[in-house]
Amino acid sequence: MIMKVNMVSAINSALDLAMQEKEEVVLLGEDIGKDGGVFRATDGLQAKYGEGRVMDTPLAESVILGASIGMAMSGLHPVPEIQFAGFMLMGFGQLANHAARYRSRTRSRFEVPMVVRTPISGGVRTLEHHSDSPEALYSHLGGLIVVIPSTPYDAKGLLIKALHMRDPVIFLEPTKLYRLFKQEIPDEMYEVEIGKANLVKEGNDLTIVTYGTMVGVVNEVVEKKNLSADVLDLRTINPLDEKSILESVKKTGKVLIVHEAPLGFGPGAEIAARIAEKAIFELDAPIMRVGSNSFPYPFPGYENYYIPNALKISKAVDKLLSV
Amino acid sequence: MIKRVFQGAIDNIQIMDENGEVDVSLFPSGLDDNKILEMYKYMSFARALDAKCLSLQRQGRAVTYAPLIGEEATQIGSAMAMRAGDLFVPNFRQHGVYLVRGLPLEIMFLYWRGFEEGGAIPKEVGGFPYIVPVSSQMPHAAGIAFAQKYNKKDVAVLGYVGDGGTSEGDFYEALNFAGVFKIPMVAIIENNQWAISVPRSKQSAAETLAQKGFGAGIKCVQVDGNDVVAVYKVISEAIANAKDGPTLVECVTYRMSMHTTADDPTKYRDPAEVEIWKARDPIDRVRKYLTRKALWTPEFEAKMGEEQLRLIDEAVAKAETFKPDPKSMFENVYSYMPEVLQEELDDSVANNFWQG
Repeated sequence: MIMKVNMVSAINSALDLAMQEKEEVVLLGEDIGKDGGVFRATDGLQAKYGEGRVMDTPLAESVILGASIGMAMSGLHPVPEIQFAGFMLMGFGQLANHAARYRSRTRSRFEVPMVVRTPISGGVRTLEHHSDSPEALYSHLGGLIVVIPSTPYDAKGLLIKALHMRDPVIFLEPTKLYRLFKQEIPDEMYEVEIGKANLVKEGNDLTIVTYGTMVGVVNEVVEKKNLSADVLDLRTINPLDEKSILESVKKTGKVLIVHEAPLGFGPGAEIAARIAEKAIFELDAPIMRVGSNSFPYPFPGYENYYIPNALKISKAVDKLLSV
Repeated sequence: MIKRVFQGAIDNIQIMDENGEVDVSLFPSGLDDNKILEMYKYMSFARALDAKCLSLQRQGRAVTYAPLIGEEATQIGSAMAMRAGDLFVPNFRQHGVYLVRGLPLEIMFLYWRGFEEGGAIPKEVGGFPYIVPVSSQMPHAAGIAFAQKYNKKDVAVLGYVGDGGTSEGDFYEALNFAGVFKIPMVAIIENNQWAISVPRSKQSAAETLAQKGFGAGIKCVQVDGNDVVAVYKVISEAIANAKDGPTLVECVTYRMSMHTTADDPTKYRDPAEVEIWKARDPIDRVRKYLTRKALWTPEFEAKMGEEQLRLIDEAVAKAETFKPDPKSMFENVYSYMPEVLQEELDDSVANNFWQG
């Protein structure tokens, strides 16, 4: 059956199906029970599966993540929800010191199958610390799989896939996309491959590598300017689908990388370096990047001056095509 | 109007004093002299093992090592209190716990020789690997305990932390979580009075570390951590009660040696203090007890020591034959090999980067 849903409902459906499938799947976090999470991603799940499987925890991010690691090593498949990405830093040590390396530090004797969900990115006029795009932080560690969906279809399929893996997955959900649009998706279980980018548009003149909140903005620019462009939605930040990026770049000879995360030391730098190392002689122009400015996320009154918009992307495209 | 809404008190329990005299009214019913003899053997074994690790490190045959000398009663007493299926989460000093739980010593040596293979604690040991970031293991213990309750298993999870570790947020977060979910966790503070150079008095203004359990609404008690009988009794009771909820046990002991082999306590610690604690040695008092019971003789000691050294030497020899395979670093990052990582591996192999 097909259902027409937004991203929040798609995530809810994925969690519901995964909980139906495996008793080992448990949800924990702040306000995720009766309240269904501050964005309602877990709405109705406590009523359906009980307080023993959908747990409101004390307000303490480090133990939410640390206890999830312990649960994961003991046969459960926990899905901790961290209310906002900014608060996840309080549990960063658990992710960096333990989730990322428990498998390697025990030569796979212990594994940490868990999916950490948290809302990321801005554009929705929230208070401080509610709008960060921290994917580079988690990708840099190694050992953590970092996923960012841009559509309801991908959100559901990637989340189900993450719950079928034996790895710690950082599942970053763009707040702005939670309710931005609806899409027709299957109501049953399906997987979207992790580690594989999605070619959302095909063209010949340039490649735009992007993901998350920027996919929609990039598509808008491509359509408005009637560009013949490959638009690659990465979906997984780590491990990177380098193969798809290189394939497209070698075809078009021009590449622009667009993300909402700050430009400096951002994911774009990693992608650009890989392209430069492996395909520089097949490029007709310098690699270009568009990101937010290289400082922490501002207060909401300033966010529209900070996040890359269609104009900024459009100018970068013009510059790239003029070379 | 003033109404007292909470009142708490901490008991300190000692059963066997420094002279090996026993308070019979508190003597645990399940304990006999054979078991005390076994405790003595394990404590002696742990001390011999400790000396060996220290010597290996000084010879460049081990990396940095954290000695346990002085803390044998806390470790052996708590480990022997565990039932067959119980689990434990150590920090970086609980070599004695591993010993009691049957960790093959060559695996322990692999850890201290700097190889991840030393983290592959066999399932039957019922333990998790050493954890270095102080107190960060306590949330794991809480999650492991949660999973036991979730699966309706009567299994207790012992989580070890030092006195310094009780100042970390993770310590309190884990206790608080344990209290709310009433999980079968026994949090053991191995209070050895020193966090590298910072004394217990500068770690917290609280009179006891045990009382930190009140803030989490869980049972809490203090025990003479150099009294193996008292530790055994208190931890046994906490384990028996674990199905009804967590307990915090502060074991008051002393770090007789350095924090790790990278540390020099003469820089910050008065040697007179060490002398005071020498008189409270956890092994000496059991020897006095066993001598009175005619269960200890110098011949017994010599034979036991010889046998333990033989086992240690065999394990060291085995660990020293271990050859690391650099490929294993790549093969254990994820549950599968991503292409980008495979490429780094292939690059290293093709170019012989690991030669010499």
